[in-house]
Amino acid sequence: MRSHDETMMLQTPFHSRVAKACELNQWDEWKGYTTPAAYTEVEQEYFAVRNSTGVFDLSPMTKYRITGADAELYLNKVMTRDVRKINPDRVGYTIWCNDAGQVMDDGTLFNFGENNYRLCSYTRVMDWLQWSAMGFDVEIIDETADFGALAVQGPTSCAVLKAMGFKGIEKLKPFGMSHFPFEDAEVMISRTGFTGDLGYELWVEPPKAITLWDRLFDAGSNLGIRAIGGNALEMVRIEAGFLQAGVDFVPAEETVRVGRSRSPFELGLGWLVDFDKGVFNGRQALLKEKREGSRYAFVFLDVEGNKPAEHSFILKGNKEIGTVTSAAWCPTAKSNIAFAQIESKYANSGENLTAEIYYQTELKWTRLLAKCRVIDSPVFSSPKRRQTPAPDF
Amino acid sequence: MNKRYDAIVIGAGHNGLTNAAYLAKSGLDVLVLEKNSYIGGATVSRELHQDWLYSNCSYVCSLLRPEITRDLELPRHGLQVVPYGGSVSFCSNGDYFGDYPDHERQYREIARHSIRDANAYERYEADVMKQTRLIRPFLLRTPPDPVSLKPRDLKEMKYLMDAFADLGEEGLADTLRFWTMSIADYLNEYFETDVIKAHLAGSGIIGTALGVYSPGTAYVLLHHYMGDVDGTVGAWGFARGGMGAVSDALASSFRSFGGEIRVDSEVEQIIVKGNKAVGVALSSGEEIAANIVVSNLDPKRTFLNIMDEKDLPSDVVSKARNFKIRGSSGKLNIALDGLPTFNGIPKNSPLMQTDMHMLDSLERMERAYDDWKDGAWSADPYVDMLIPSQVDPTMAPPGKHMMTVFVQYAPPQINGRDWTDEDRDAFGKTVIDQIANYSPDFKDLILHCEVRTPREIENEVGLTEGNIFMGELTFDQLLFNRPFPGYAQYRGPISGMYMCSSGTHPGGGVMAAPGANAAREILADLKRPNLVPEAYADD
Repeated sequence: MRSHDETMMLQTPFHSRVAKACELNQWDEWKGYTTPAAYTEVEQEYFAVRNSTGVFDLSPMTKYRITGADAELYLNKVMTRDVRKINPDRVGYTIWCNDAGQVMDDGTLFNFGENNYRLCSYTRVMDWLQWSAMGFDVEIIDETADFGALAVQGPTSCAVLKAMGFKGIEKLKPFGMSHFPFEDAEVMISRTGFTGDLGYELWVEPPKAITLWDRLFDAGSNLGIRAIGGNALEMVRIEAGFLQAGVDFVPAEETVRVGRSRSPFELGLGWLVDFDKGVFNGRQALLKEKREGSRYAFVFLDVEGNKPAEHSFILKGNKEIGTVTSAAWCPTAKSNIAFAQIESKYANSGENLTAEIYYQTELKWTRLLAKCRVIDSPVFSSPKRRQTPAPDF
Repeated sequence: MNKRYDAIVIGAGHNGLTNAAYLAKSGLDVLVLEKNSYIGGATVSRELHQDWLYSNCSYVCSLLRPEITRDLELPRHGLQVVPYGGSVSFCSNGDYFGDYPDHERQYREIARHSIRDANAYERYEADVMKQTRLIRPFLLRTPPDPVSLKPRDLKEMKYLMDAFADLGEEGLADTLRFWTMSIADYLNEYFETDVIKAHLAGSGIIGTALGVYSPGTAYVLLHHYMGDVDGTVGAWGFARGGMGAVSDALASSFRSFGGEIRVDSEVEQIIVKGNKAVGVALSSGEEIAANIVVSNLDPKRTFLNIMDEKDLPSDVVSKARNFKIRGSSGKLNIALDGLPTFNGIPKNSPLMQTDMHMLDSLERMERAYDDWKDGAWSADPYVDMLIPSQVDPTMAPPGKHMMTVFVQYAPPQINGRDWTDEDRDAFGKTVIDQIANYSPDFKDLILHCEVRTPREIENEVGLTEGNIFMGELTFDQLLFNRPFPGYAQYRGPISGMYMCSSGTHPGGGVMAAPGANAAREILADLKRPNLVPEAYADD
């Protein structure tokens, strides 16, 4: 029996270091954990990721360990993509749907080999994983609190890890993972991230977390390393075109109103749906949608001017055809980007639309009808992201 | 007969006062008659122990329609509702389950018992919210007559059908299941932990003569979830000064429109002449004339006690006799010398300020119901218990506390015979022993205890069999079937006679909606402009 106090706000294994570095004392809550919104200055944190190395504590990410004789078979039923194509020591980006073919969340699936997987997601999904496990020989354990994780992202991130002594880390391919001895334990490093640039995620058991943080920041001291908070991460993920559950779509099983959930096709994630692999959750509904067409489309919009189109209506002529889910000025790409959900028939590359933007200066509100254009891909994608061996800067 | 009133409302409960307030606001000359020496009915605060105020019937507030609170300016007339949020169930093994209002903390606490249940709660919450969204817009609407071809009924039927259509195919199937299932079956589809199921199931049986495995109890849960405090659906609050503050504010609002209330004035008979209600006769023998008579008594008392069966169509008499209004609960109101200690939680825990429960499995809850069926009170009773004096400084002297203990189950009769004082005392002892099982110092702190069985609730308040909802909230007695088919639009079977009690749509709880809905119909019949507000939109 655990005590009353254990239901209070949680702290990550890095908290003592995070708290010390969080000079602005600006905090957020993330799945019950205390996490920093900003450490020192948001713009500088953002540019650390784009120019040198930013470190983000992603320990609160939900993590499930899935093992058992049927683990691969089972995950292939839960996920829309063909999980068999994710080889051992590889990580796959994946989504999963409910039976109505509506997206519950996206996440990363780590294949440790021999029917041993980790699913890492924003939302919690134990109920659905167990629900889907009927008839399969699998064990599913929530290991969220069993591992701390740091995202080490940016052009000098490989150099930092090399300086830490992780030999051969530069040879790790995108979406690859490798285990390294660390102290008397080990750290798992995957070449994954949420920034669109060269970057890694370091996974460690809580007792080694503080040492990992200290050694990381020592090694990076001449390589521009800096801790980054949630606000800076939000800028880089929009620039890099990554969706966020709960922001860009509502996890399907949490929707209350009919029609508020979205399918993979409606989120631009149709490439993660593999109809050739056999039965999977949502297959029937998705086949039907593929035949009959989708209601909505998810698009990237290049918005004229420099006012972020936050919460804007998107118009075609005078007709309202959608809304913005995420928007930001992108300091590296020097673009004004919005993610929008719009009626599918307007989602053609190059389509000219209008964003109805409201912004205020000194309490004076201005309504701006900004032209915007549907673009094919995110505005930031560094070639370093795919380079192997990874560059030093 | 002396003065002729435009309208007489029988019973100064919250619905009677709400109804009267709207009629008076419209300019009518309205008299409210109350049998007791105090107003409020079951929405009352009473000083039964010196310096202690007891909300000795209803005890928390969520369903009271915010549109009415605002429209009748109840805050200006003294009403303040303070949300409390959360609940706790104590387990027989010394553990507990705390349902915190903060979502993430709630997740962590459920996860302490089961990670899967913690995640399943998110799905459960979304599914229940779908059902509350369906029902909430109907609270301030008059149910349509499903077989009428009047334009208004057709329009309302369309509104009803559209609301169902909006649910989609899956939602519609879920709704029919939800309205007919047992709360146990419903919860078993989501959860695996006994105490979590038992904790949530409580809302499915409170005030209802059904067990957790009885079909229809899932809807009763919805009835407890569909209210709100300041827009937070499902939240509950304390009326500052006890529930009597609601009645007092309504009475003050009513009087501000020129209304008149007479206490100690029990109506013995609604006087009918030529198929029209023309006034009332009091038990004192006095007769008072009125153009309209509105009964805020439950359907059984209205048609079988204060009306002459000869004045009524036979179908109404027979429907009133068949109306299900079964006693199933009791109440203890306790003055405490200090704050008791409960197993597992510290005294400064926020859970101390929430509603507390004592049964940790569906099995124990069903056994508690088995006792009721056997004509006995539950030997291992379910309680819904709060200590509002921690939040409300008006309820008890500083450092002292008032505890309200709702008890399920207590039968209307003991093995077919009436309750005796000895039965009442033994019932009270059973409940006190139950609480003491989870609170070692509780008994020593008791300064005074009021024990109310269905007998006391019926005799003092006037709720038949002590049924707190003025009629079971089962699907056969809801919407256009409440109280009976053909009489769901607040009009009685004879001209000039109306109903406004919780026995009418949308049912019991301190909601004030039946009173307001009835006023809207009366004003329409009088060709006066409607004053009753429309419901706030949820979306």
